[in-house]
Amino acid sequence: MTSEAAPVLAVSGLRKAYGAVLAVDRVDISVAQGEIVGLLGPNGAGKTTTINMILGVLAPSAGSIRIDGIDLAAHRSEAIGRTNFAAVYAPLPGNLTVEQNLKVFGLIYSVPRLKARVESLLETYDLLGLRKTKCGLLSSGEQTRVSLAKAMLNQPRLLLLDEPTASLDPSAARDIRARIRAFADTGEAGVLWTSHNMAEVEAVCDRVLFLSRGNVLLEGDPKTLPALHGEKSLEDLFVAVAKETLTGQEPA
Amino acid sequence: MRIGPIAGVITRYLFLLSGSPARVLPLFAWATLDVVLWGFITRYLDQVGNAGFSFVPALLGAVLLWDFQTRVLHGVSLTFFEDVWSRNFLNLFASPMRVSEYLTGLVATGFVSSLVGLSVMLTVAWAVFGLSLAAYGAAALPFVLVLVLFGLALGIFGAAVVLRFGPASEWFVWPIPGIVSPFVGVFYPVSVLPGWMRAVSHILPPSYVFEGLRAVAAGKGVAWPMLWTAAAMAAVYVLLAGLFFAWVHRYAVRTGLIARYSAESVN
Repeated sequence: MTSEAAPVLAVSGLRKAYGAVLAVDRVDISVAQGEIVGLLGPNGAGKTTTINMILGVLAPSAGSIRIDGIDLAAHRSEAIGRTNFAAVYAPLPGNLTVEQNLKVFGLIYSVPRLKARVESLLETYDLLGLRKTKCGLLSSGEQTRVSLAKAMLNQPRLLLLDEPTASLDPSAARDIRARIRAFADTGEAGVLWTSHNMAEVEAVCDRVLFLSRGNVLLEGDPKTLPALHGEKSLEDLFVAVAKETLTGQEPA
Repeated sequence: MRIGPIAGVITRYLFLLSGSPARVLPLFAWATLDVVLWGFITRYLDQVGNAGFSFVPALLGAVLLWDFQTRVLHGVSLTFFEDVWSRNFLNLFASPMRVSEYLTGLVATGFVSSLVGLSVMLTVAWAVFGLSLAAYGAAALPFVLVLVLFGLALGIFGAAVVLRFGPASEWFVWPIPGIVSPFVGVFYPVSVLPGWMRAVSHILPPSYVFEGLRAVAAGKGVAWPMLWTAAAMAAVYVLLAGLFFAWVHRYAVRTGLIARYSAESVN
């Protein structure tokens, strides 16, 4: 489900250089309300660098980022207040309980009616029985559910997910995918999703962008894109793009 | 500045304290031991020393106030280190919280936690050695104010250094009080220092506190203008430390330091 309204994320001409090394170069990304966009690419393609710039923890060398119409460079706090994220490499503090983490980040995100919001999220993400458990003691799947609950605290207009199902068993991963799909289907928000699981991307994403060496190489519907480029599946296309990274040749 | 993010930083530390005696004990344990040790030393010096000069307000009072300032410094830096140790920077700095709000949260937490230490130290000093802040008269307020402000400035400065150079530079924060103390004349007048050290002491606000403290103990008046100048100087240091932290944060965002902040990857 997508919308004709203004995009919740509009990235234009994004570039990040570390000296002579270009990590991201002239990347344009648009995410509409109700849309899940997959950001794909081999390791080192620039996915996490792009997400870090959208989150405001890495300054771009050039380009602009607008979140829900707000310029990130000019109004960082307001723009970031309309987004949230979950990433496997950014777990919540393990020395706080599930409930404490949600309360603390609820305060940091200035969530109104926080107590009720935390209760609602604990219930939605099946965390009621774990509310007093320290996050460091949770399983990978449980930690991912807590990270997602934190990411939903402020009802973001843009949700950034960096490999949210990595290290999850198939059942937990399916559960997470269903929750994210349901969130996007409300039509209130858009999702930018990175993953190395092509079957997952094909099942969940409305559109994908292939990044290679910091550039957007391909863009389109994950169900039709492989055939357009002479590949049988999204995974084959991914492998072709990854090889292109090594050989410098474009996929067929 | 919004109250929510500041309350978030404070609440997180309170949650940590509530479940951890190992975090509560250091708030007052070492400072209390210092008070006990120096309390008996000053009691002995009072017995063998000149009548007319009381070592209790001069030496024990100095130890108490110096330990208080150290508590303030450690209060700020420990709150910051909790984020370092739990690798929480990405979650914090990818939130709408502004740097000024984060620093205000650190400062408030450091101040409140140091008051816990001060309360225990004052109670022990009063109950066991008969020392009360009232012994310093009206000067007690600027004494405490100067030390709070300078402790906050040192804490913010230390946090900025660790943000810039990574968790491995944590060691830098702990000896700061030891490095500063010879210059500010905690236990002796700055007049005994060589010229270059005296010059340094003039730009360190606590020097004026300890000089004032000895003046009160000797029955002399307090140089109020100097004391309030020291308070203003300490306030400027807080501002400069905050600006330094903000500058380091901008550097960290520009270079990607925050996004990849970990013990082994930063140098």
